[in-house]
Amino acid sequence: MTKLHIRANTFTLLQTITSVGLSAMAWVVTGVRPIWNGSQPSERQRIYFANHASHGDFILLSACLSEKVRARTHAVAAAEYWGKSRLRRYIAEDMLSSVLIHRQWTDEAENPINIMLSVLDQGHSLILFPEGTRNTTDEPLLPFRSGLYNLSMARPEVELIPCWIENMSRVLPKGQFLPVPLLCRVVFGPAVTIAPGEERRAFLERARQTLLALDPRPDRDD
Amino acid sequence: MPLPPIHETMILIAGLVAVLSTASVTAGILSWRAPKPLSPTLTNLTQRINAWWVMVVAITVAFFFGHAGMTILFALISFAALREFVTLTHSRRSDHWVLLGMFAIIIPFQYWLVWTAWYGLFTIFIPVYCFLLMPAMTALNGDTERFLERVSAQQWAIMISVYFVSHVPALLTLNVPGFEGRNLLLIAFLIITVQGSDVLQYIFGKLFGKHLLSPKVSPSKTWEGLVGGLAASSLLGALLSFLTPFSPLQAAVVALVACLMGFLGGLVASAIKRDQGVKDWGHLIEGHGGMMDRADSLVFAAPVFFHTVRYFWSV
Repeated sequence: MTKLHIRANTFTLLQTITSVGLSAMAWVVTGVRPIWNGSQPSERQRIYFANHASHGDFILLSACLSEKVRARTHAVAAAEYWGKSRLRRYIAEDMLSSVLIHRQWTDEAENPINIMLSVLDQGHSLILFPEGTRNTTDEPLLPFRSGLYNLSMARPEVELIPCWIENMSRVLPKGQFLPVPLLCRVVFGPAVTIAPGEERRAFLERARQTLLALDPRPDRDD
Repeated sequence: MPLPPIHETMILIAGLVAVLSTASVTAGILSWRAPKPLSPTLTNLTQRINAWWVMVVAITVAFFFGHAGMTILFALISFAALREFVTLTHSRRSDHWVLLGMFAIIIPFQYWLVWTAWYGLFTIFIPVYCFLLMPAMTALNGDTERFLERVSAQQWAIMISVYFVSHVPALLTLNVPGFEGRNLLLIAFLIITVQGSDVLQYIFGKLFGKHLLSPKVSPSKTWEGLVGGLAASSLLGALLSFLTPFSPLQAAVVALVACLMGFLGGLVASAIKRDQGVKDWGHLIEGHGGMMDRADSLVFAAPVFFHTVRYFWSV
């Protein structure tokens, strides 16, 4: 069973150092700045969902949140990748305080929805990449997996905030480990809610289109 | 190397503080009298003046750290400018290592050449060796999609943001007889006249501007602004001749040439931004946009100023 490291509402010393250090690095490399376009910074419980092209995505998104919000916000990451070795698991859980879930699971204890719900039930927020994997295709955004819908059905009071992360696929493409310094912005859009009676597929596609609409330079082709 | 005489330096700083204080007080009075909420123009004016304070403080601090401070400051300016240029232009995943090399190798090496005053390699490293090796690397990668566009954008990026910008601290390497140990003042002269000219052209344009100079490229540049701004900045150059090895008349002519180049730099930068469909290069400096929005005129002025001084004054 996935061990949850969430015990308190504040970071451990190691997590504070990691989070401040990574945010500073994100600023030096990408000059990252948040654009609040339809929502405002807030301490209320949220699921931030974003496009995913690079390991840097989560760092960039967290760098746009206040220190207080960051301490109560956990990225959801794939256990298949981050649980592979003890070092990776240590980085993911102890340093970045992310939540590991299995994309393929059999044991009910590994059910990703239950794990994510248990985090929400402690009053914490999540960062979710609903494409399910890093996007390396020419498509700007892959179809969403169902997690977003299931979580929102179960906890409708939690706000779903779309976050478009710009340029990160150019800064740190999949398979590279040294980032190229390029300017990045994170555009936070208006909260999305499931309409009464809205069907799963329809909702996921609407959430995807809302995220896509935030791209400040949609005509770019790289 | 010693710092330049404290006398000139103090006059310079006092002058800048006086000008900026006047600007801040004027903007403060205007904002106080204006109907609330403030118009975007007035808010932007205040932001710009505040950013000028920050820039003047940064340059002053670098100034007091001498040649090392100035070289590092301009290496950082190159970094910010290159980041904006590369962000704006087209690149592909296969360009990753070339782009990385521009930041991690070309910038440090070019500024190391400035620091060691290796003039021969300084002038040809980027326009010859990088020009040839970067596209060679791209070709070896085997990705030919929009090849010429990609390599051209890379060449422009390092010429504009690294090569030309590095000519500002390179002024420190010139040996002007009778002017030993005072080269930092040449940098002050260049920056004040060229940046002053930008502001003066803007003010003359707002006051008297009627005839657009190049409406397709920039809707704000007028003939009246250009002529008035250049005349005023030549005068400013003559007034600042005490900082330089130039006579007042020579200083006026050198300032005129530098500011004319600066104007052309702004025009070219506008054309690039228009082509790429953006208004500003970035968001680094509140109210001004990006580093390149502020440095575009300096980029064109610096190499011409450098070679003018080198040819006519240095040995």
